[in-house]
Amino acid sequence: MQNYEAVIGLEVHVQVKTRSKMFTRAAAGFGFPENTLTDPVVLALPGTLPVMNRAALDAVVKAGLMLGCEIAPVCKWDRKNYFYPDSPKNYQISQYDQPVCRGGSVEIELPGPARNVMGEHRRIPLTRIHLEEDVGKLNHFARDSLIDFNRAGTPLMEIVTEPAMHTADEAFAFLTALKTVMIYGGISDCDMEKGQLRCDANISVRPAGQAELGTKVELKNLNSISFVRDGIAHEVARQLAIVRSGGRIDQETRDYDGQTGASQSLRSKEQAHDYRYFPDPDLMPVKVDDAWKERLRATCPELPFEKQRRLYSQYQVPYTITCVLVPDRELSDYFEKAAALSGQPQVAGNWIVNDLLRELGHAKLTLGECRVRPEDLAGLVRLVASGTILTPAAREVFAEMFKTGEKPGAIVEKKGLKAGASSDDLERWCREAVAGDPRAAAEFRAGKESAINAFKGPVMRAAKGGANPKTVDETLRRILAQG
Amino acid sequence: MTDPGKQMSDPKSLDIDHIAKLARVALTAEEKARFSEQLGDVLAYVEQLREVDITGVEPTAHAFPVTNVWAEDVPQPTLPVDAALKNAPARRDNMFVVPKVVE
Amino acid sequence: MEPEFHYRTIAELAALLAGRKLSAVDLAQGLIGRRKAVEPAIRAFNSFDEADALAQARASDERRAAGRSLGPLDGIPIGIKDVIAVEGQPLTASSRMLANFVSPYDSTAARKLREAGAVCWGRLNLDEFAMGSSTENSAFGATRNPWDLERVPGGSSGGSAAALAAGEACACLGSDTGGSIRQPAAFCGVVGLKPTYGLVSRYGLIAFASSLDQIGPFARTVGDAALVLGAIAGHDPLDSTSFHVDIPDYASEISRRGGPWKLGIPKEYFGEGLDPEIAAAVEAAVRFYRGRGCEIREVSLPHTRYGIGVYYIIATAECSSNLARYDGIRYGHRSKDAADAVDLYFRSRAEGFGAEVKRRIILGTYVLSSGYHDAYYLRAQKVRTLIRQDFLDAYRDVDALITPISPILPFKAGEKADPLAMYLCDVYTIGVNLAGLPGISLPCGFSKSGLPIGLQLIGQPYREAELLSIAAAYEAAHDWHTRHPDLEKSIAAWNAKNPGSAS
Repeated sequence: MQNYEAVIGLEVHVQVKTRSKMFTRAAAGFGFPENTLTDPVVLALPGTLPVMNRAALDAVVKAGLMLGCEIAPVCKWDRKNYFYPDSPKNYQISQYDQPVCRGGSVEIELPGPARNVMGEHRRIPLTRIHLEEDVGKLNHFARDSLIDFNRAGTPLMEIVTEPAMHTADEAFAFLTALKTVMIYGGISDCDMEKGQLRCDANISVRPAGQAELGTKVELKNLNSISFVRDGIAHEVARQLAIVRSGGRIDQETRDYDGQTGASQSLRSKEQAHDYRYFPDPDLMPVKVDDAWKERLRATCPELPFEKQRRLYSQYQVPYTITCVLVPDRELSDYFEKAAALSGQPQVAGNWIVNDLLRELGHAKLTLGECRVRPEDLAGLVRLVASGTILTPAAREVFAEMFKTGEKPGAIVEKKGLKAGASSDDLERWCREAVAGDPRAAAEFRAGKESAINAFKGPVMRAAKGGANPKTVDETLRRILAQG
Repeated sequence: MTDPGKQMSDPKSLDIDHIAKLARVALTAEEKARFSEQLGDVLAYVEQLREVDITGVEPTAHAFPVTNVWAEDVPQPTLPVDAALKNAPARRDNMFVVPKVVE
Repeated sequence: MEPEFHYRTIAELAALLAGRKLSAVDLAQGLIGRRKAVEPAIRAFNSFDEADALAQARASDERRAAGRSLGPLDGIPIGIKDVIAVEGQPLTASSRMLANFVSPYDSTAARKLREAGAVCWGRLNLDEFAMGSSTENSAFGATRNPWDLERVPGGSSGGSAAALAAGEACACLGSDTGGSIRQPAAFCGVVGLKPTYGLVSRYGLIAFASSLDQIGPFARTVGDAALVLGAIAGHDPLDSTSFHVDIPDYASEISRRGGPWKLGIPKEYFGEGLDPEIAAAVEAAVRFYRGRGCEIREVSLPHTRYGIGVYYIIATAECSSNLARYDGIRYGHRSKDAADAVDLYFRSRAEGFGAEVKRRIILGTYVLSSGYHDAYYLRAQKVRTLIRQDFLDAYRDVDALITPISPILPFKAGEKADPLAMYLCDVYTIGVNLAGLPGISLPCGFSKSGLPIGLQLIGQPYREAELLSIAAAYEAAHDWHTRHPDLEKSIAAWNAKNPGSAS
């Protein structure tokens, strides 16, 4: 049977997190009452003109630097002319032949053979990244549609990949990785539910080994990263079924329904739009010089997978921990502080990804709201490492730290949780225990080793978990030996 | 953007139905006939631009080109929703109403 | 107020206002009276809010009484072409598409006039969406030339020119994309200035051709034009195409500079097709400058003949995109007959736009369309570079150029029905827009039949002070600008010829 391969390219729109819109200073935002984020420019009232938002340009250049793109020395704005009710000017200001960025790539991590085993890393090449403005939102009803222009004019980054992916998993991994990079860079929050990340897929199949691409189908309405994966998988299966039965793929646009898992051909739109691109006479070109790039380069963070590798090489933190730390830049920063001060990075990592995250989840707090400071977590780790307290006590200390934000040392003192507290206390507890069970003492002295366990319970209870078992054993034996 | 194949075409090749559709303007049969002829004359006149030697000439994007004109990302007051909808031909629930849009 | 007040210059009126010999309210009332007398015949205004105008005038008097006068324009009524936004006023572009639109915001030009204390004086008629050379394309009816009511005032800013010539305003703002200030100024015997592209903000000007449009003043004298220009010029952060240039005190610049200058006569502007009376008037002006010690040189702008073709490709391309927003969705005319959302566009735009606007949108869409973009739009932008270079080459040897404004005298209403024939009349003005240069029209004579003739001076980029000085030198030695149409006579003659007509 002929082997086929799927070829997938993604067109991703990322909303840039600026305070005002791309070509006017009306505030940008999500979830506001309808049509409260507009001004004459947003509504395309007669006589209005665009003025570029410099922060949006900064964001795209930064994204390009982070992704290894070539930043165009000069880029310009073009009008993309088409009519649609959500587009106030009936042209969109975009970039056609001189985009801000070309090339570049996104490092992705594929799923491994098991959940805690790191999968293969690959690089997905990009074609280009450009900047444009977002459109309004249409709400459809039975007989009419309502338009909210709050979103119109928000800066939008369009990232186009090469048709270089072959599986739905790769697409999923791509979007996850891209999202993390954007969040790391402070460029976008990429919340798909808020429309901050949108993705269309171009999918075709071809016989394995063939260079020429098959007919491509555009898949739209992929509203979550999971739907992207499922929709692509579904479409690939659909196309394979057709070609295997000798059929032909129609070039079309299909709409994916994440609920039903099915796709359908979008009602036949007119043939390919003629966008009549021409340079926007209302806007001037942008020259990105070396100084500008260097200034932004200095603000670029370490990339997520670079961090992952470094955490492993620098701290020997295993994948099971880094895979939780790395997607969250704040969390990994927290970890590094704690790790450096604790002297035991892996232990610190465990506390964070297990205990800390669990407690934050239960309390519905963000890391920013957490009362446990990284240096204090490090302190806790050091207390355990030095034997000052034992692990069960440490759990109690941590719970208290989480509630009150107190330092671990203070809590240990307050609760008397020191392991091997004063040897006087230990001596006293052991003598009391022995005195309290003369029968067990006699049995031990007669040679029954296991009788010593009768005393350990009471001693440990008296010590509230703060006694070193070895020390307790030695002390008891000494006391018993004394008769 | 480059389309080396097409030269200025026969002015009669103005497909006014297609262009009117792109421009979203409904024309009557009479208008189509009249405009085709009038614009045909204009296009015929414009043919003379073909004579000009434009080798190596850059297009004028702006009469006096400057670069890097922008504003800082500081939000300014927005329009109150009633002002935004003041000239709306139809409104409901603080939104602009249009006949049902078929995607 | 005495009748001739409505023909006084701003400079004179400012002195009277400052000397408390006249109040702003008096001035306004006087002009309102004049408007009542002549407007039915002239039809320069689309609308006029008398209460608002008087309120502005009162505010001016209050400022002056409190010692807070804002300068020579304080209290001066300045008419505004109905494409320039004034908050709370209609903004119709003389189109059915915007017949009921009221602007919620101020254009920068209007805001600056207000900051100078000027009274924004009504909404003036124009060719619909500024497309035309006669104001006959207005959806609200044509404006008449005060010098001959059977003739057009020119366009597209015909209402602005006519209102000024008829004494219904002290100055006006217009817009010029291919001659729309300069040509009506010539047709109506007043001064009209198109500034260098980028000198005056376009924010709030309904866009026709974004790379060509400029707002500019109509005035009785060069000095008045300088005053108004000084108020509205300057960089605007809301217009990315407006320039950072220092705006001098044009009035004092004019008095400082007396020439002589080196003036160029482009030979391509004096050939076939130019009315001999116009040619003679312009040549007389040339002799005047020569007599003043100016060096006169013949220059060549070899790509002149391609100007109209280039203009009608670029301007229509840009306007086809600029007018896409007029769809009846967020504002403007919405058809009642639309079957669905798509139909809404087609019908609203068909009903809202007039024939000339539709023609230009079709042409502009075509020259940008797939397969034709390079042959038309791209090529035209390249030839534009050559046209611009012609001017810059000429400016190596001369300070300014002298040319006619129009090849023909003001024509009769209805005479130029053929679009192409109308377009060809822009031959002397459009090059100036394509090159982004400043150009001024000033009266330089009359035809034997008593029709005004205008002279064009074209200056170097951003050197309005020099251009105004060259113009002022001519004006100081002539009195064309002091002549006014005998409206009583014209109106009487008109009424006799058109008994029972609306005037």
